[in-house]
Amino acid sequence: MNFNFKHEWIETNIGLLAVLTMLAISVGGLVEITPLFFIDKTIEKVDGVRPYTPLEQRGRDIYQREGCYLCHSQMIRPFRDEKLRYGHYSLAAESQYDHPFQWGSKRTGPDLARVGGKYSNEWHVQHLTAPRSMVPESVMPNYPWLKATPLDTSDIAERMKALRKVGVPYSLTDAEYKANVAKFGETVAKQLHIPNAQQSLIEQANFGNYDGDRSGISEMDALVAYLQVLGTMVDFGKYKDDAFVNDR
Amino acid sequence: MAVTTYSGAEQYNFEVVKKFAIMSIIWAVIGMFVGVYIASELAWPFLNFDSPYISFGRFRPVHTTSVIFGFGGSALFATSYYVVQRTCQTRLISDGLASFTFWGWMAAIALADFSYMLGYTQSREYAEMEWPIDILIEVVWVAYLTVFVGTIMRRKQPHIYVANWFYLAFILATALLHTFNNLAMPIDLFSMKSYSLFSGVQDAMTQWWYGHNAVGFFLTAAFLGMMYYFVPKQAGRPIYSYRLSIVHFWALGFMYMWVGAHHLHWTALPDWTSSLAAAFSILLLMPSWGGMINGIMTLSGAWDKLRTDPIMRFMIVALSFYGMSTFEGPMMSLKEVNALSHYTDWTVGHVHSGALGWVAMITFGSLYHMMPKLWDTKMYSRKLIEWHFWLATIGIVLYIVAMWISGITQGLMWRAFDEFGNLQYSFVESVAAMHPFYAMRAIGGMFFLTGMVMMAFNVFMTIRQGKRESAALEAKLAAKLAHA
Repeated sequence: MNFNFKHEWIETNIGLLAVLTMLAISVGGLVEITPLFFIDKTIEKVDGVRPYTPLEQRGRDIYQREGCYLCHSQMIRPFRDEKLRYGHYSLAAESQYDHPFQWGSKRTGPDLARVGGKYSNEWHVQHLTAPRSMVPESVMPNYPWLKATPLDTSDIAERMKALRKVGVPYSLTDAEYKANVAKFGETVAKQLHIPNAQQSLIEQANFGNYDGDRSGISEMDALVAYLQVLGTMVDFGKYKDDAFVNDR
Repeated sequence: MAVTTYSGAEQYNFEVVKKFAIMSIIWAVIGMFVGVYIASELAWPFLNFDSPYISFGRFRPVHTTSVIFGFGGSALFATSYYVVQRTCQTRLISDGLASFTFWGWMAAIALADFSYMLGYTQSREYAEMEWPIDILIEVVWVAYLTVFVGTIMRRKQPHIYVANWFYLAFILATALLHTFNNLAMPIDLFSMKSYSLFSGVQDAMTQWWYGHNAVGFFLTAAFLGMMYYFVPKQAGRPIYSYRLSIVHFWALGFMYMWVGAHHLHWTALPDWTSSLAAAFSILLLMPSWGGMINGIMTLSGAWDKLRTDPIMRFMIVALSFYGMSTFEGPMMSLKEVNALSHYTDWTVGHVHSGALGWVAMITFGSLYHMMPKLWDTKMYSRKLIEWHFWLATIGIVLYIVAMWISGITQGLMWRAFDEFGNLQYSFVESVAAMHPFYAMRAIGGMFFLTGMVMMAFNVFMTIRQGKRESAALEAKLAAKLAHA
């Protein structure tokens, strides 16, 4: 066979050039991304990880809105210093309901993947309102509007429905609710039930009183509720130290 | 003289090129000003002024979007429309469609910037635009592809010039990346808010596949296209190696798409993915340097011009920074290095050595070459170009050095242990240690911005001068005709 390839063929044919370019640039993504949806080990099997409650999810929306991810990561790496500073390294399972992920890429401030429960609600409220009143060297902006702005709870059901469409197990029907009871227990399942969403949000905010002000529900309530749940869902006491090593 | 100018204006659609070129400079001034401002916020946090609209988290995407897509994007539209017409010796296939890409692109950037300040963001780095803006961008991009490919189809030469391959790869890759990274579910058709289709680890991988290739194609392949036209033009010499351009084109296009996961080393992303990305990152050094060598060798017969031609200086410095940052990049994607550098300012410095050193400098060189040709005149002031060159170069050096020191300091402080095996520093001690470098970075940025403002003034005066000259010429012509 006399097959004498000439690059000239491509250079003189825009269709061929476009198709071959498209092929060349498609391979990397196909090989690296698609298997992540199918390889079972990608997400560790671990107990405790649940979708966010309506109030936490609203807090997460605010976390995104303010661009917190630009200075705070939520991804602890498996190093000794990070374990001492932040806690157990992050598992893929812990962000499986995060649409979008908030792993971040920069630590102008510390990692927040396990900030939940480390500080009191009062500390967070004061720190978010005026960071330098708590940490004089901090370069974080003040967020005084969070406490002053009432939380919009009117579209919480729409938000949860959108999340349900992309795969978060919030329940709309009785069957889905029952499945959630089996998977997450009744207390959690109630909070994941979309028809009760607004009600559960208000209950959690009133019960938790995150911003220290009982007169209403502020954006601060939601954000602090979100921060306080970060990294607390998995009980690592239940697992051996090397339990997740082979999943990587 | 006048006659050739008029036929030139009819032969080519330079209107849209002019518009994009001007807007590229305006977006540069805006985006770099915001950049200096947010850099200053980190050094002096009172500058956030307790305002939601300009607080760092909302203002940072305004900077990245304005410089990458506003300045860089407009410069790419301008130069690609210019280059494709000159090298194919034909007019853009549709003035209307080209004009649509201009207004659509401007609307997308402006809407994006305002929406971030109002708190609408997908919180995906460099893809923060919410879904309605993403759809607008998608439509503009299809129009762009149509105009570009359509124009190539009408070419008067059998060969497609190498610059156009790179522009084409950039347009195709951006379409692919933009589409898949922005798949999201709006909460309501009348709401800006949406949630990403993917979650957690898959979402992270998709985002950084996009994120790194925004660098790889938007900020590299496309600007190589620019380089392949304007460097030989300005040097008055042909491309050094035609074979090298073929090899590095295909290698670059193929390999770049694999390396995004090096942004996720040591995370919950499976090891196989990040190892693969690290391997390809190191391989990528070769095609990157292939482009750099091809550019520098093209200039190499014209070294004497470096002394006399400030535009050449922009180009050679751009290529040098391209070579440097494409060496630094593979090094930082080694897992051991990345363990130190990730999450620190080193990454920020690396991005800027590419973005300021390579992307902005090659753009300045190309615009200084192209603008006077578009208005059929000479640049208003050579002296100002010289000043711009030195301010920009000093600014970049200050910026990068500051970020190297602060980044490595952060990395070392975070992992330092005392004699008892406890962490030696609290996190906030590392924050406090950054202050002088954050101030230095802001000052470096101010240098760069000052040079940019000089360019804007220089271009403004050049356009005025060009318009006056052509008006005078027309008046002369009219007078002559009246006498005849």
